[in-house]
Amino acid sequence: MGKTLFEKIWDTHIVQEVTDGPSVLYIDKHFIHEVTSPQAFKGIEDRGISIFRPSQIVATADHNVPTQNQHLPITDALSRFQVDTLIENCKKHGIELYGLGHEHQGIVHVIGPELGITQPGMTIVCGDSHTSTHGAFGTIAFGIGTSEVEMVFASQCLLQTKPKLMRINIEGTLGKGVVSKDIILYIISKISASGATGYFVEYAGSAIRALSMEARMTICNMSIEMGARGGLIAPDQITFDYLKGRTFAPAGAAWDTALAYWQTLYSDADAAFDMELTIDAAAIEPMITYGTNPGLGIGITKNVPTATDMQDEGEQKNLEKALQYMGLTAGQSLIGMPVQHVFIGSCTNSRIEDLRLVASLVKGKTKHPNVQVMIVPGSQKVAKQVVQEGLDIIFKEAGFEIRQAGCSACLGMNEDKVPAGEYCVSTSNRNFEGRQGAGARTLLASPLTAAASAVTGVITDVRTLL
Amino acid sequence: MNKINIIHSRFVPLQEENVDTDQIIPARFLKATTRDGFGKNLFRDWRYNNDNELEPKQDFILNNASYNGQILVAGKNFGCGSSREHAAWAIKDYGFLVVVSSFFADIFKNNALNNGLLPITVSDTFLASIFALDKEATLSVCLENQTITIDATGAVETFDINAYKKTCLLNGYDDIDYLLSNKAAIENFERNRA
Repeated sequence: MGKTLFEKIWDTHIVQEVTDGPSVLYIDKHFIHEVTSPQAFKGIEDRGISIFRPSQIVATADHNVPTQNQHLPITDALSRFQVDTLIENCKKHGIELYGLGHEHQGIVHVIGPELGITQPGMTIVCGDSHTSTHGAFGTIAFGIGTSEVEMVFASQCLLQTKPKLMRINIEGTLGKGVVSKDIILYIISKISASGATGYFVEYAGSAIRALSMEARMTICNMSIEMGARGGLIAPDQITFDYLKGRTFAPAGAAWDTALAYWQTLYSDADAAFDMELTIDAAAIEPMITYGTNPGLGIGITKNVPTATDMQDEGEQKNLEKALQYMGLTAGQSLIGMPVQHVFIGSCTNSRIEDLRLVASLVKGKTKHPNVQVMIVPGSQKVAKQVVQEGLDIIFKEAGFEIRQAGCSACLGMNEDKVPAGEYCVSTSNRNFEGRQGAGARTLLASPLTAAASAVTGVITDVRTLL
Repeated sequence: MNKINIIHSRFVPLQEENVDTDQIIPARFLKATTRDGFGKNLFRDWRYNNDNELEPKQDFILNNASYNGQILVAGKNFGCGSSREHAAWAIKDYGFLVVVSSFFADIFKNNALNNGLLPITVSDTFLASIFALDKEATLSVCLENQTITIDATGAVETFDINAYKKTCLLNGYDDIDYLLSNKAAIENFERNRA
């Protein structure tokens, strides 16, 4: 029987099988950032051991950095200390750091791909659950905890049990105004926030193959939001074209060798999956979430569910609690509801293509006066490109505020927060209670839907503006 | 790491599903550079009004003095969301040694196991029967036998745990000890694929 894409990569990274236990899995690339690494560095030092393969680690500062005045010292003392600790640790252990002010700095899951560090067939980990993003290149990429960061520091390996495999096929053509964020929000709304726990998910089908790399990254990024440890997509010509010429992509003869290998990375026709789903792309509308986990989403023209739509008492209780937090009513429509904030950014949707989408919609328009709009590019490189392409002028004329690269209001670690009780249409990945600030009410949507709502000041079906 | 085997304790019932790690420990508390002291901020925004320790929310279970113990019992999909290990550290630092649920998110479960915090997955029915117990009831956990027992009724359920992880928890070993003992194999692997 043939092998799945996942198995082809997994099998070539197994150092050793452990009897009745997990396997020793070799890790090619380890991304680290300031928030989940300090305790791991301390652990290594307490054990009196050195970092095994520092050249396979890349560091950046993203989670806990300000998005304004990055050239000045960080004002928050704790944040400054955490970022300084990363600088010191990287210096001490000989790790490449793309810190604040560096031309390569940015959200870890944006810079890895754009620098060509992320390449097909690799195993990639990072102390961040959205590491699944890198799966868009046909890699096994997943988020780990700090103890596991320490394990990779110590041995460049992790003890891992092989997950179950799911394939989700999206077939057909997407409708007008429907983009990759809508695909993944649709999938999660169908299978729930825990529906893929224990699985790695391969996304396949004609609608996936038609997507750009940026769009594929958005999909793989949110795999964790349905519980999957990771998601991946077979590399193809679109992947190779994206990678060619990137700073750390192979060149010359090394490119040809790499390419020959990458072209073998796909699931064989007779490969078996533990679970398989097929979704009709044409059935997907622009999506928006109404609740407090990413599974609580609906097509924008649909109404918020009622208790009778729920399968059991537990779900009814969850719905009631979520709607109470969100200040919404069962059965209501969301279209036309005023919002106070629009956040365009995060490792899900802060790449140049996302910002081009936003610009295409807002060009020549201005934001609604009651809405504050923040655009946070995913990296210094994206920020630079925004200016080169003149998108900054479109955003400024629209009244959007452009910030500097970082995770920002996606997780509310720095000062970029949404005030309690206010609504934010956000291109990020989580709508948990308090995620964007204590009491903040997050509605997850695509960059297009976010841009449309910024212009109208209310939740808007972007198709009415196209 | 601490060893775990037999725990006999009362429990704290948190009857919520999909408890995410942002609730367990909000992101603003992730600025620390050590593993200590997260317990005081466990479930911070469910515990206090206005982020103020002087304004405890009366209806939140951790603020109800009549519930306590080393076992936290919660609804399904516990620990979903972010990979922050701070969530496991916060629960442990607060004083829990065991978390019981009918379903755990993957990364949280690994993080718990790596910190001597035992995640026990039970059936929906067993979970419901724990939630139905009175405040004084106790549970007994035996890792060696992989059992959890409701002491009052004698109802017992066995739970799954990876044999390797079980050995680690019983003896207080961590994965790094194991990985370091395999360095020669790892170097050999690197040479062979080069």
